Amino acid sequence: MEKLIEIKGVRHAYPTGQGPLPVLDGLELSVEEGGFAAVVGPSGCGKSTLTKLVAGLMKPDTGEVWLHGSRVTSPRSTVGMAFQNPVLLEWRSILKNVMLPLEIVPTKLTRSQQEDRARYLLSLVGLEGFEDKRPSELSGGMRQRASLCRALVHQPEVLILDEPFGALDAFTREDLWQTMHLVKEKEPFTGVLITHDLREAIFLANQVIVLSGRPARTQYVLPVPNTGPRDLEHLYTSEASEMLAILRHQIEVAQGRAPAEETSAAE
Amino acid sequence: MAYVPEPLPDTNRVPRGGGLLRMLTSRAVLAPIGAVILFLVFWEFIVWANSWPDYVMASPSDLPAAYSQYWNLFLIMGWQTLWRTVVGLVLAVVVGVLIGMAMGFSRTTRDALYPLLVGFNAIPKATLVPIVALLFVGAHDFNTVLIAFMISFFPIAVSVSIGLSTLEPEYRDILRSLGASQTTIFWKIALPKTLPEFFGALKVAVTLAFIGTNLMEIVSPHGRGLGALFDSGKTNSDYPLMFAVLIALAVLGILLYYVVVALEKIFAGWAERTPTQ
Ligand SMILES: Nc1ncnc2c1ncn2[C@@H]1O[C@H](COP(=O)(O)OP(=O)(O)O)[C@@H](O)[C@H]1O
Ligand SMILES: [Mg+2]
Repeated sequence: MEKLIEIKGVRHAYPTGQGPLPVLDGLELSVEEGGFAAVVGPSGCGKSTLTKLVAGLMKPDTGEVWLHGSRVTSPRSTVGMAFQNPVLLEWRSILKNVMLPLEIVPTKLTRSQQEDRARYLLSLVGLEGFEDKRPSELSGGMRQRASLCRALVHQPEVLILDEPFGALDAFTREDLWQTMHLVKEKEPFTGVLITHDLREAIFLANQVIVLSGRPARTQYVLPVPNTGPRDLEHLYTSEASEMLAILRHQIEVAQGRAPAEETSAAE
Repeated sequence: MAYVPEPLPDTNRVPRGGGLLRMLTSRAVLAPIGAVILFLVFWEFIVWANSWPDYVMASPSDLPAAYSQYWNLFLIMGWQTLWRTVVGLVLAVVVGVLIGMAMGFSRTTRDALYPLLVGFNAIPKATLVPIVALLFVGAHDFNTVLIAFMISFFPIAVSVSIGLSTLEPEYRDILRSLGASQTTIFWKIALPKTLPEFFGALKVAVTLAFIGTNLMEIVSPHGRGLGALFDSGKTNSDYPLMFAVLIALAVLGILLYYVVVALEKIFAGWAERTPTQ
């Protein structure tokens, strides 16, 4: 299948007062069209940096980032992003917040079609009736749903989610996992999900990429047999437990708390 | 499996709109009027109880006489003071916002300008009055506007710079990842997000600009404005006039302050949340 996102041999360092801080070193990642890659790794290893490279917000020092067969050198409107902080604009209604990207990217939609699209997405994530509310009137989980709609409104090919559910309580988070499945079904995208929740990774993604500690390289890639929407029960099957055990071990290796084995780093 | 949103908590927003009558009888209007009346009664009582003659301390009951005698002067001088304060303030807003933007967007400018600004702000503006008066002899309007400006741009510059520099990077990234220009980011996000801080500073700046205008008016000879009227009251030992000027100044100050409050409601009303009792 065609690779929609491809990262090849990326190295990146931030300039700091104490000289350059290498953050990524030998990063490889590829996601086929319609795929959903979860990226896990020790905190501070360079996961957010990775999302900025894919979004074209930064250029890597060396190596290449490709999106849909063309090299990424600057931001492009075919990308949608959502972060742990929903960053909704408090002076706009939820509807107007969701419509924000359509004010920036070129669109063929008329004003009323734009509004219809935003309303449709809001109802898809369960926010029907909240269109005219202000962000501060919504709960954390609801704000995150709105933020997801904003990331999708311009029909991006690539959706980048940087720990989007990280600040939510466990129940809200599990609700949002279900919403993610629903959204992926109705609004197909190719996704990269940064997360620190291994259960979330195997529940949503079809491959889990484990990054080593900083500077991050691709340490391990776990393919996940993923069949779209399903119950949380799937997290309690023996298959899931095995995957979680492998990932947990890999994270320990990445943190330097367990010795690496010969079999790691499947490409 | 469909998501059912949790019920909304009681929202604490201020009700929008509402009739004029309801506004005039609301607590927000009646309470301050009551406070003013109490204050005047108290003032009258203190003067009466001490049986101070009006060359020691004028009482509120002396004021109507002063106003009716000099009403045309009050109008002319009040207008002088008002327009020069407003021009100084507008200048302070323009320059303050520009400096604030320069400092908010660039760390280098911020590091470079902060000590300079703080130092300038630390100079008591009363000491600048004679300097300015000597520098531009006779240019009353210009001098007055200049002092009003110099005394009031600082809080605006600082608030804008803080508002812009504390903008979370994610706000920028959301728009930048779509290919938005810096200008678009400024208009769509940075500017509106800074407005509440800006208006907070503007409320301080209004009062400061007023002080600046009056400093100049009182000190510079043959001046205009309420400050000059105060000065003439002093030379003629017309104590009720002096007090009448003070009250007129207070009224103008309150007026300007509420103009800013009204602007704030229009442009940054979204930031307002009534506290939960
Ligand atoms: N703009 C920057 N300048 C300097 N250092 C940075 C910058 N952004 C991130 N870093 C550093 O790079 C490392 C990786 O950051 P990040 O990609 O945000 O990690 P993660 O998302 O995995 O927690 C961290 O140590 C962080 O402190
Ligand atoms: Mg991060």
